[in-house]
Amino acid sequence: MDRAEKGAFITAVLFLSFFFALIVYAAKGLNIDVPTCITDVKPYTQGQVIQHAPNRYEIHYLAKMWYFEPADVELPVGSTVDIYLTSGDVIHGFQIDGTNVNLMAVPGAISYARVKFEKPGVYHIVCHEYCGIGHQDMTTKIVVKGGEQK
Amino acid sequence: MKVEGSIKTVILGEIIFPILLLIFGIYHGLMQALYRAGIIKDMSFLGIEYYQGLTLHGVINAVVFTTMVIVAFGNAVFLYYLKRPLRPAVQWASFLMMVIGTLMAAWAMFAGKANVLYTFYLPLIAHPAFYIGAALLLVGSIVPLFFDWAPNYISWRREHPGEKVPLAVFGVFVNHIMWVIMLVPVVITVVFQMLPLSLGLVSEVNPSLSRTLFWAFGHPLVYFWLLPAYTMLYTVLPKIVTGEGKLYSDSAARFAFILFILFSFPVGLHHQFTEPAVTNSYKLVQALFTFGVAVPSMLTAFTVAASLEYSIKSKYPEVKNSLFYWWTKIPYISLEGDKWLVSYFMAGLFLFFVGGITGIVNASYNVNLVVHNTSFVPGHFHTTVGGLVTLSLLGISLYLVSKLMGKEIRFKGLAVLAPWLWWQGMLIFEYAMSVAGLHGFPRRTNTGISYLNPDSPLYRPEWVGYAELSAFAAFIIVLGFIFWAISFFGTLLSPSVREGSLEFPTAEALHDEKAPALNRLTPWFAISVALFVLSYIPALYDVTKRGVFFDSPGYTDKNPVPITKPQSAKEEKSTAEVK
Repeated sequence: MDRAEKGAFITAVLFLSFFFALIVYAAKGLNIDVPTCITDVKPYTQGQVIQHAPNRYEIHYLAKMWYFEPADVELPVGSTVDIYLTSGDVIHGFQIDGTNVNLMAVPGAISYARVKFEKPGVYHIVCHEYCGIGHQDMTTKIVVKGGEQK
Repeated sequence: MKVEGSIKTVILGEIIFPILLLIFGIYHGLMQALYRAGIIKDMSFLGIEYYQGLTLHGVINAVVFTTMVIVAFGNAVFLYYLKRPLRPAVQWASFLMMVIGTLMAAWAMFAGKANVLYTFYLPLIAHPAFYIGAALLLVGSIVPLFFDWAPNYISWRREHPGEKVPLAVFGVFVNHIMWVIMLVPVVITVVFQMLPLSLGLVSEVNPSLSRTLFWAFGHPLVYFWLLPAYTMLYTVLPKIVTGEGKLYSDSAARFAFILFILFSFPVGLHHQFTEPAVTNSYKLVQALFTFGVAVPSMLTAFTVAASLEYSIKSKYPEVKNSLFYWWTKIPYISLEGDKWLVSYFMAGLFLFFVGGITGIVNASYNVNLVVHNTSFVPGHFHTTVGGLVTLSLLGISLYLVSKLMGKEIRFKGLAVLAPWLWWQGMLIFEYAMSVAGLHGFPRRTNTGISYLNPDSPLYRPEWVGYAELSAFAAFIIVLGFIFWAISFFGTLLSPSVREGSLEFPTAEALHDEKAPALNRLTPWFAISVALFVLSYIPALYDVTKRGVFFDSPGYTDKNPVPITKPQSAKEEKSTAEVK
């Protein structure tokens, strides 16, 4: 390897190390992390919204061919929501527009993400994993209402 | 060199057969864009459903076309550089297995019995012919390595002690050994999960395990596509660019291949960052390895650019001292001799520049949450496999057909313009898909009848412009393909003007060191396999013992009722039963 080559190699490694350091910082320092292995919630066969406190919710989403349960959910602005997701049949996808919630619904396993809705508005959720002939119609939404207290 | 009749037929067959299928693959690519943009607002067109067409587009373009042409290229490389005859019986067995396998899978797909996309995630199941066909194709593709190339390689080494094998042989050999290793996990899931479920021998399987095994194959697969292109960039491109160019460094090229051996395998979890049931720290480890496997491509970027610079500057002394001006001397569009091939590589490299950056974005762990399963991902891989890989394979196909059959390239002007149209189309396509993806536009979705349909309650107007732009881009890409196809079939059907022969333009190395450590493959592969296994043990434990509570019955794409077992039986169950 000559000097220029070594330079290119070191530059590449430095660049990637820098990127990786930022990723780790975002994951561990800012708590922007990817889904992990969840064992404290068992797979369920019904979707539901559970309210723990005025601004604390838990939503159990069940993805099925070709709808989500619960269907449209209304929440007050500022809510922190623990989102659980599983599938009742095949693999489905689940992305809440405008957030970092991006999950896979896999039968027999539980996906989990926490999200805080700071702004009012309509948050669309689409199934983004192919799940059969009705896939393109599989969607739901979370409506976050401004200023309301429940 | 002259190629004896039967072997020549096999190599030509391995190029022409997948290209005939590729016409369907590309046609369905155009259709995808039209459906998604809502220009076709329907579930199906001419009897082929959207998702069926998407399956055909993925399987034909990314699996059948790549695999068969890569085997043809490997045969040609081994034959030409080692000067040892290939065994007709082996070659015919391999070719026929691949053809029969492809036809079986194609039947299932065209008949609509395998609308499972090219990732065929369980518990959606396809007709058994789809899995058996795919398995035959894949197994057929490793036959030449075991019975032709490896024996020739070993006997060549024995007769040339202390010599390095030619770089092209090194690249192809490394690539196909990697191919055999990566096939292990996918063969396990196909043989022990998918096929039994599809045949009704078992009623439930573990989809998380299947996904993990699939991606242990699915990621190295992209390097199986890529390394032949790199081999061409190292050996062919510098030579043809000026007629007497050189490869900047032989060792750097071999070092890049070694890095691919090490880091191609322990990275599949980056396709599963959003997967439940896998602990996130294992994902982070594989994210780190994924950054590791970006290094050899960055090294290749340097070596290829340095080779181009050296080759150009040695022919044009007037640009000797220029930093940037030598770029203008590259024969981007030239009809002289074999220089038409430069267009394919340069257009491919420019696309790969974009594809590399978007790939690093995808690999970036939590950043993947922004783009996972959005149209950002197809945007990315249309500039990698649909860019550099496809253009290299299309270029080398045309090249080999003209040489082997002793024919002049017909419609050379179209052949030279084709990659540039393709490039422009892909660039627009990538832009539209990636930016739409950042706005949440999902991949693998017939959006034209729902999200992009103004009459639907699901209408999402913010995606319309991007989808329409991608449809426009698809027309440019297809036009590029038509240009190429006119030249390819024109050449194929034209009369021979000389005796057919096999030859590869081959650049010598400017810096050529002995570097024995880089030429002993066994230790590198041993480390690689150990790393592969170690990095997967924790994830496999998670998806079998810890995070998955029960197995799933199989479903077809048309019906929410399982076809292998009544719903009632699958309620709960203990982790012990999984596995």
